[in-house]
Amino acid sequence: MASAGAAVQTQAFPLDAERVELLSRLVEGLDVSTLQWLSGYAAGLAVAQGGTVRVLSATEPDISAFATIVHGSQTGNGRRIAEALAAKLQVQGIQARLLRAGEYPLRELGRERRLFVVMSTHGDGDPPDDARAFTDFLFARRAPRLSSLEFAVLALGDSSYPKYCEIGRRIDERLGELGASRLFARVDCDVDFEAGAADWSERAFEALEQARPALAPARVATLRPVAVAPSWSRERPFTAELLANQRISIGDDVRDVRHIELSLAGSGLHYEPGDALGVIAENPSQTVEAVLAAAKLTGSEPIKRNGSSRGLADWLRSGLEITRVTRPLIGKFADRSGSAELSALLRPGNETSLRDFMTRTQLVDLLERYPADWDAPALAGALRPLVPRLYSIASSAKEVGDEVHLTVARLDSGDDRSSRAGAASHFLATRGDAAEVPVYVEPNPRFRLPTDSSRDLIMIGPGTGVAPFRGFLQERAAIGAAGRNWLVFGARHFASDFLYQIEWQRALKRGVLTRLDLAFSRDNGQRVYVQQRMAEAGRELYDWIESGASIYVCGDATRMAPDVHAALVSVIERHGALPADAARERLDRLGAEGRYLRDVY
Amino acid sequence: MAAPATSPVERIKAASRRLRGTIVESLADPVTGALREDDQQLIKFHGTYQQDDRDIREERRLAKLEPAYSFMIRTRLPGGVCTPAQWLVLDGLAGRYGNGTLRLTSRQAFQLHGVIKRELKETIAAMNAALIDSIAACGDVNRNVLASVNAPESPAHAEIQRWAARLSEHLLPRTRAYHEIWLDGEKVAGGEEAEPVYGPTYLPRKFKAAIAVPPVNDVDVFAHDLGFIAIVEEGRLAGFNLTVGGGLGATHGDPATYPRLADLAGFLTPEQLLPIAEAVVTTQRDFGDRGERKHARLKYTIADRGLDWFTAEITRRSGTALQAPRRFEFTSTGDRYGWSEGHDGRWQLTLHIESGRVVDRDGRQLRAGLARIAGMHRGNFRLTPNQNLIIAGVESTERAGIDALVEKYGLDDFRSARPIRREALACVAMPTCPLAMAEAERYLPAVSSALDELMEEYGLGGEPILFRISGCPNGCSRPYLAEIALVGKAPGRYNLHLGGDRKGLRLNQLYRENLDERGFLDALSPLFSAWAGERQVNEAFGDFLHRSGLLRATAPAGSA
Repeated sequence: MASAGAAVQTQAFPLDAERVELLSRLVEGLDVSTLQWLSGYAAGLAVAQGGTVRVLSATEPDISAFATIVHGSQTGNGRRIAEALAAKLQVQGIQARLLRAGEYPLRELGRERRLFVVMSTHGDGDPPDDARAFTDFLFARRAPRLSSLEFAVLALGDSSYPKYCEIGRRIDERLGELGASRLFARVDCDVDFEAGAADWSERAFEALEQARPALAPARVATLRPVAVAPSWSRERPFTAELLANQRISIGDDVRDVRHIELSLAGSGLHYEPGDALGVIAENPSQTVEAVLAAAKLTGSEPIKRNGSSRGLADWLRSGLEITRVTRPLIGKFADRSGSAELSALLRPGNETSLRDFMTRTQLVDLLERYPADWDAPALAGALRPLVPRLYSIASSAKEVGDEVHLTVARLDSGDDRSSRAGAASHFLATRGDAAEVPVYVEPNPRFRLPTDSSRDLIMIGPGTGVAPFRGFLQERAAIGAAGRNWLVFGARHFASDFLYQIEWQRALKRGVLTRLDLAFSRDNGQRVYVQQRMAEAGRELYDWIESGASIYVCGDATRMAPDVHAALVSVIERHGALPADAARERLDRLGAEGRYLRDVY
Repeated sequence: MAAPATSPVERIKAASRRLRGTIVESLADPVTGALREDDQQLIKFHGTYQQDDRDIREERRLAKLEPAYSFMIRTRLPGGVCTPAQWLVLDGLAGRYGNGTLRLTSRQAFQLHGVIKRELKETIAAMNAALIDSIAACGDVNRNVLASVNAPESPAHAEIQRWAARLSEHLLPRTRAYHEIWLDGEKVAGGEEAEPVYGPTYLPRKFKAAIAVPPVNDVDVFAHDLGFIAIVEEGRLAGFNLTVGGGLGATHGDPATYPRLADLAGFLTPEQLLPIAEAVVTTQRDFGDRGERKHARLKYTIADRGLDWFTAEITRRSGTALQAPRRFEFTSTGDRYGWSEGHDGRWQLTLHIESGRVVDRDGRQLRAGLARIAGMHRGNFRLTPNQNLIIAGVESTERAGIDALVEKYGLDDFRSARPIRREALACVAMPTCPLAMAEAERYLPAVSSALDELMEEYGLGGEPILFRISGCPNGCSRPYLAEIALVGKAPGRYNLHLGGDRKGLRLNQLYRENLDERGFLDALSPLFSAWAGERQVNEAFGDFLHRSGLLRATAPAGSA
């Protein structure tokens, strides 16, 4: 990942030290599309000097390009897969353009020759935010015929949601309907996507290699991919020291929310406000014990998986997912236990009940309620790998130096406690002083502060969704951003879970925070949520939007985000005196312009 | 008036547009449960204090949450009289908006604790709907007027109660700020209405008034800025002896501050009461120290300028002269527990309410029981200056019913409690009082038991003794008049004061400083031993300490 901290590999370049230094500074922090634009720009300069290379430019898409890779994902996994494929192709001199779904010039789809789509599914079968225009266009009745298009789809998803890989599946199906021909079958990937994605990429690469002779020899200036400094990753996490684990909510009737501070000292890890921190957690040991007891297994049974052999208990603690129930897992339980109830849940039309069931149930409940004869290999085989949990970073390095802060709600707390003890939230909340926490930085370039710091911000982040906005405000204060900052926060009780109350008060006093609107859902007779506050402040909200403010939303994807979206539409409708459709389009346009950004989960 | 440096509070009052300040805006700010700093001063005049739960202050600070701010609302209740209907309203508010308790204060008022900001207005409005206001219950004005409740045998009592109410009304601020802010009253244009008694900056400091009816000095009349000792001659109210310049507040380690008993200034007839009271107030308004709040009470004005000067000033201002004081005698300060018959043939029952805290706790359901009694009672209630409660005006036929409820709900503590505990007073202190340096109310049961056990060791168990505990030196529980007083200095640490009498006529003396429980018990041990061995018949502990020379001699109040 070309994040800040990318280093220029000196020996590969015919440049003197000073120019290497300049180049390093130039490329530091640039994202992939900018780097590609830069490479095209340099190639263009070469042409101007009499060279023959072709110039690629993301802003001037070249339709005759050999292939296009389009990606859309909320977490960055899809982007990484697409980037890796593009880099591999480029090394082989195969020309492919790499585009975020939100950047894809829709009117060119009809002339596209080869299209590779990497697309994730979110919430209730929704596309990533910035892919909405792309999918809307594709699914619309007036979508163009695509009979000369060849394509392949990689669908990313999370099988703990009922509509697993829904968007990828629909794109695949729709492209077929529109007359395009499938280069090879769609691949669906769960959260342990690496193997499936690598297969798919390999097949895409092979398909293009085969098609290559049909094309004129590539005359593209090939650059070696800029080497990134050895960096920590999800496969190779950095062991961060826990500096603080402080509960910041009070009482038993609200979620136990922790303010976590970790040290990144010595790691060379950098992050930007809006990025996420991946935490490699262990499952709670009492959950492991409960699973073993319910399955009537000892835990010492040896299990071989991915070439490594450990006892079952060990796998359950740190290798397998036991706090989230997935659709395939329910399927396996239905088969093994013969439960008609489970089979019924999986039938089409029961999605709501299934979702409900999945949020209320964890592995141990399945084992207890739907008894079956499980042996250790079968049980381990039914479970998917334990994946890192991503948390929005709640700090700015400009404020906290080499620390990183998180805001983590323990799922097994509060009076609406979910039976699924969150693996990572439990792991973090129960760490003591100086505990070691394996982490990596997951860049989230889709959720960044505006580069123009004089732009106003509207930040909507109820509950722990407020986390990135703490980082945003720290950053804006540190750089002396001229833009105004408006935060809309919601929680249950003013007195018990008004997260970071003292910090917001201080920010208001210092003028860093311009306005703070609050919605507490359990303090009065009527439940008040952020969207009501937005409606009440509609006039001002609209004025801010009209004067160029960027809107950021972070938090719950299933209920909050759609409600906030609807609230924004009606604010624009009412105060912009627009019909509902036009208001929706206006908001979509803000999304396309990067002025309406969401980090929802 | 040429005013030199004025204290910050003076500037806040002056700029407040007659106590309005920005209270409305402060109340509307959803980001904090507190008021702006200036408004925190001003709401005292409206009968409420901003406080926070100090028990959880640190926990909340770590949680990046502001302190758990809440408000204490103190009623204005002249003479401590309220109806059963009013009791029920306050009881309901305590449950709905408060912390589930009512506090009966040493100034015969109710306090509701734990009311949060966004419910403050509703609470005050609901109180007012029941005809109980909180105007001037705190702040630099005349606060709730005390009146003796322990003279039911005399028809003069009802008259005294009326005077307490008239005095309270007469000295109320005239600003409409209270009605505007809490009761949605019409806005007064400009908001600068005249304050004929107080002027634009009110008094330099709080001001307290009380009316006592000998022989019971339950109000501790010499502890107040302004006191009236009723002189009842041949069953009829002849007038009052005037006392001025009492006050108990002090600051640890500041010898310029001290508790002071009032001076006996002379006798006045009932018609003179209001003009003289007003003259006392305006004299203090004009001559009290507005530069240093610790030196701003009337007691310092009189101590600095002399009683003669003061008497001349109030004579001039009121246009009426005082006569020589009449004879009076106080025999005790305590309440008379149990049933007693009034002059009108109706009965009253005095209940012991420890620290005045009406709460359902530890097997006693004081709050539930009193609500039940309020539901059936047709007389009234009287809050006593000893933090107790009188169920007054009971027909003899109703007594049995009340007795049954008293027993059922554990309100019969007055029958069984040890004398030291029955007579004790404690201020609220921790966790809500911002001034508290040590526990008081919450420590009272344990500390009075420890003292009782110690007395038991010397065969003194069951001897009456006047014990008071205060969480800070400001003296809400009037500690400086007790035979034994603990005045909070730091968590678990107290100054030990000894030697008050049992009539409210003699200040006690600082005996030892900064003691923990072991320390003050050890200090008391030899004194109890001496008292047990050398006392004269029925000689009280404080009197014994003076007679035996263990404490230095002082002149009692009213002895001029």
